[in-house]
Amino acid sequence: MTTRDIEFGLNSFGEVSRDPSGRLLSEAETVRLMIEEAVLAESVGIDLFSIGEHYRHQHVDSAGHVILATIAGRTERIRLGTSVTVLSTQDPVRLYAEFATLDAASNGRAQLIVGRASSTESFPLFGFDLADYETLFEEKLDLFTRLLRDQPVTWSGTVRSPLTDQFVRPAIAPGSIPTWVGVGGSPQSVIRAARYGLPLMLAIIGGPPSRFAPYVDLYKRALDQFEHPRLPIGMHSIGLVARTDEEARAAHWPYWEAVMKLASKERGFSVPSPDQYAAEIADGALFVGSPETVATKIAATVRTLDLSRFDLKYDLVGLPQVSRATTIELFGREVIPRVRELLEDEPGLSDDRLAAANTPGSHV
Amino acid sequence: MSSGGDGDLRLGIVGAGKVGTTIARAAIAAGYDVAISGSGPAERIALTVDVLAPGARAVTTDEVVRYADIVVLAVPTHRFRELPHDLFAGKVLIDAMNYWEPIDGDDDELATAPAGTSIVVQGHFPSARVVKGLNQLGYHEFEEGRRPSGVEGRVAIAAASDDRTALLEVLQLIDRLGFDAVDAGLLEAGVALEPDGSAFGVAYSSSELSDLLWLQERSA
Ligand SMILES: NC(=O)c1ccc[n+]([C@@H]2O[C@H](COP(=O)([O-])OP(=O)(O)OC[C@H]3O[C@@H](n4cnc5c(N)ncnc54)[C@H](OP(=O)(O)O)[C@@H]3O)[C@@H](O)[C@H]2O)c1
Repeated sequence: MTTRDIEFGLNSFGEVSRDPSGRLLSEAETVRLMIEEAVLAESVGIDLFSIGEHYRHQHVDSAGHVILATIAGRTERIRLGTSVTVLSTQDPVRLYAEFATLDAASNGRAQLIVGRASSTESFPLFGFDLADYETLFEEKLDLFTRLLRDQPVTWSGTVRSPLTDQFVRPAIAPGSIPTWVGVGGSPQSVIRAARYGLPLMLAIIGGPPSRFAPYVDLYKRALDQFEHPRLPIGMHSIGLVARTDEEARAAHWPYWEAVMKLASKERGFSVPSPDQYAAEIADGALFVGSPETVATKIAATVRTLDLSRFDLKYDLVGLPQVSRATTIELFGREVIPRVRELLEDEPGLSDDRLAAANTPGSHV
Repeated sequence: MSSGGDGDLRLGIVGAGKVGTTIARAAIAAGYDVAISGSGPAERIALTVDVLAPGARAVTTDEVVRYADIVVLAVPTHRFRELPHDLFAGKVLIDAMNYWEPIDGDDDELATAPAGTSIVVQGHFPSARVVKGLNQLGYHEFEEGRRPSGVEGRVAIAAASDDRTALLEVLQLIDRLGFDAVDAGLLEAGVALEPDGSAFGVAYSSSELSDLLWLQERSA
């Protein structure tokens, strides 16, 4: 029996913040704030800082890799990732070149999550048709994983020009840049992650995380079927940590409500009520509260979903700088050690299940 | 067939994604025999069906159509036109699809359909008996909203069709799946069940939902 090893990440979608006087920061100031926040994240013991990819009002994460490279120069240990890279509208060759370079510059700290993301502005922006989403993602994932694992690459498909015996520089040790597949609940995406032998990142942004347990099961069984070893499973959720539960809610609710109002208009659902908000914190996907509340909830979710990674998305349009800084500090200094403590001496679930999976006849 | 004894309750589902597998689970729990398909061969969805809807049989779309007289259409909205016009001839076809521009991309015909997207679906499958339904709730809300008949606070789901017999069969199915069934009237009235429609995405009781649809009709 081993203690479960968990990676803790902090995630930003580049959302514009406000200063102590209440003034909204400019977009450039927000970019610089993110860099400072990543430096802070390293100093308080967070394992990973990741940046999303959006092309929308008050989000400044359109070129996250450039921000990551700057952070690389300011830090030594923290891993640098994306959450998520919209692979369908990127060129895999260019993406490889950027992340292999980031990996070299940061001394092996680059990683990615690739996926669809819930917003799709990049399709019209770069001239892609959303209706081609599946083909774009499938072909580009194929090419991207080959570039990461097995150069030179000979490849042909329908979404870009073919490659013949192509090396792309700088070289990396095959498979050394961790690449996760982000999924939101579609079974075919879960199976695809397993087929490519890539770790699974669950985006859980509403409702009880236990809803995803069947997908975790599906992923493990699919890995078995494709004869891949057990691979890590992670999750990403939204949260805010403050000294007390009351402070956390008071700081979070106005900004969360505003974001939900906007999303509900776009997607045609109704705006959650304060009661639904409270339920989302109690049993759902919001990790908002005191360090103890948030740690207890993370530990329970880690057990339920057999997780090896947990990412907290800490920014929300308009959320003051000070709330973001407090979240980062408390997450690193108090929540993470507390989760580790809560899970201490817990049998490594994955190990047990691995043993079971290796027992002849236990899987058909 | 669907109105017969419990032994021959059959449901077909085309689309083995979030919605298709959720409806399959509910139907299995309600005692239906379920056949479900994806866009490819049966093997490709076998594991998914085994894990997410155990008891349902994973087959091809042609087999689904041969198997059942009531078929749920739960493929991505931007892909239903891939299916042949006469595929569902004579079948009760439940259109569970919603058109969302951020997911389905620009689609002028669907975006500007004044009487709802199911009219467009009916136009594509002229010989099918199209009923709009099972599209109204998110798949999590659907999963968690199921209750036995008569239970306090049961959630309601509406259906709409120009074919009264088909509509009655679907209302009965909705009730068996775990929801109060509300008759929304003609297919064009189903526009109220779509994203941006007044009845979309909210867990109403049957009286609330009926009132809402009635008001909607009066103001139309
Ligand atoms: N998500 C929700 O909460 C929700 C709620 C109500 C209604 N809806 C509507 O339900 C529909 C399905 O949504 P979803 O979320 O379930 O999508 P999804 O998870 O992407 O699943 C779509 C399924 O359809 C299959 N498919 C695609 N093309 C097909 C074809 N030509 N023939 C047969 N199967 C095909 C896909 O299989 P392959 O992998 O083989 O292509 C996949 O199994 C959409 O119209 C959506 O608007 C969704």
